[in-house]
Amino acid sequence: MSEDQSFTLDGRVIPFEDGQTIMEAAHAAGVYIPHLCFNPEFTPHGSCRVCVVKVNDRTQASCTTPAAKGQVVQSETEYLRDIRRGILQMLFVEGNHVCPGCEKSGACQLQAVAYYVGMLAPHFKHFYPQRSVDATHPDAAIDFNRCILCELCVRASRDIDGKNVFAVQGRGIKAHLVINTPSGKLGATTFSLEDKAAQVCPTGAILTKHRGYETAIGQRLYDRKPINIVGDVAQIPQSEGGRRHE
Amino acid sequence: MNEPSKKLKVATCSLAGCFGCHMSLLDLDERLFDLVDLVEFDRSPITDVKVIGNCDVGIIEGGVANAENVHVLRDFRAHCKILIAMGACALNGGIPAMRNQFALKDCLDESYMHGIGLANAKIPNDPEIPLLLNQVHPIHEIVKIDYYLPGCPPSADTIWTFLTQLISGQPIALAYTQLHYD
Repeated sequence: MSEDQSFTLDGRVIPFEDGQTIMEAAHAAGVYIPHLCFNPEFTPHGSCRVCVVKVNDRTQASCTTPAAKGQVVQSETEYLRDIRRGILQMLFVEGNHVCPGCEKSGACQLQAVAYYVGMLAPHFKHFYPQRSVDATHPDAAIDFNRCILCELCVRASRDIDGKNVFAVQGRGIKAHLVINTPSGKLGATTFSLEDKAAQVCPTGAILTKHRGYETAIGQRLYDRKPINIVGDVAQIPQSEGGRRHE
Repeated sequence: MNEPSKKLKVATCSLAGCFGCHMSLLDLDERLFDLVDLVEFDRSPITDVKVIGNCDVGIIEGGVANAENVHVLRDFRAHCKILIAMGACALNGGIPAMRNQFALKDCLDESYMHGIGLANAKIPNDPEIPLLLNQVHPIHEIVKIDYYLPGCPPSADTIWTFLTQLISGQPIALAYTQLHYD
């Protein structure tokens, strides 16, 4: 039954199982669709919109759209690359992403996806928001300047670690990540580097202390090869330059 | 239009940058000989010419941090057919824009009033020193930019690829390893 179920993605036949989204089916078939808030280990969130595709000519997020028999899906078109570039540019100007001064540079999924879609410059007017850095935890630091609100740490801490360390507060442009304690400090929580939440950040917002420059710039995850070949930083073991615990 | 034999005129400058992008330009090394066969440098730290003439290409390093930066940038835009933003600071403000997190007075106080080992601490106010802007801005917020060349700095290979493609009229197509933000 299930082997009859398929859709086409840029002309390629992609089989799927009942309940899979377009993103999950493409991922299982080894076809890359750019994404940031999607992580195959978590329930889709659909917030970053980078995975936008055309489904039968309608523009939809592939991580939340169920796969259906006979769908005609387009992903690698100039129109969609343009849209994705625009989304990436907005993410960059909304925060303070100073790549030359970030120890995650080169192994950052936000940066890698921006390279993949060919983003040269941020284009829009920069917000330069005033955000803080929290280094109160002995083993980890959190730099709110780099948060893109993918909520992967929120989901990981709540659903897998059972700790509920992170939350998003405020709405619209005022939405921001907070630490779920009265002081709002990471050091006051039970957060640990063994937590799933410590492994999932696609940017340099959640950092492991004391090992920032173990791998030289130029030899990092995405320095030589693009993300569609390398894969997501959260899915790659630490020994290979990723974040996943072995 | 230029006749085929006529060299393109190129001007460069560094605004609120560290001259690292110009170092990377010098890192073209022996290819500089090939480059000067194709272009003639006008105002640039390389020539030490101080006033810009009419140019085909202007290359700007650095963001805009003070009143003089704004003036020079507008002067470049007025005199260059094609204006290029080179490096992280020109594109997004870069490291100098990290001061945007703080009030300008706090930055000046930190440097000139409370710095370690200061004698006769005071904030410099000589009329020849350009006034600082409240925030550092990328140059595309001030003038229209025609091309962007990211990197901190862009490598000599990136600059070479870019310039040779631009001069020969090809579309700009950087290899994966030539496009980076750090």
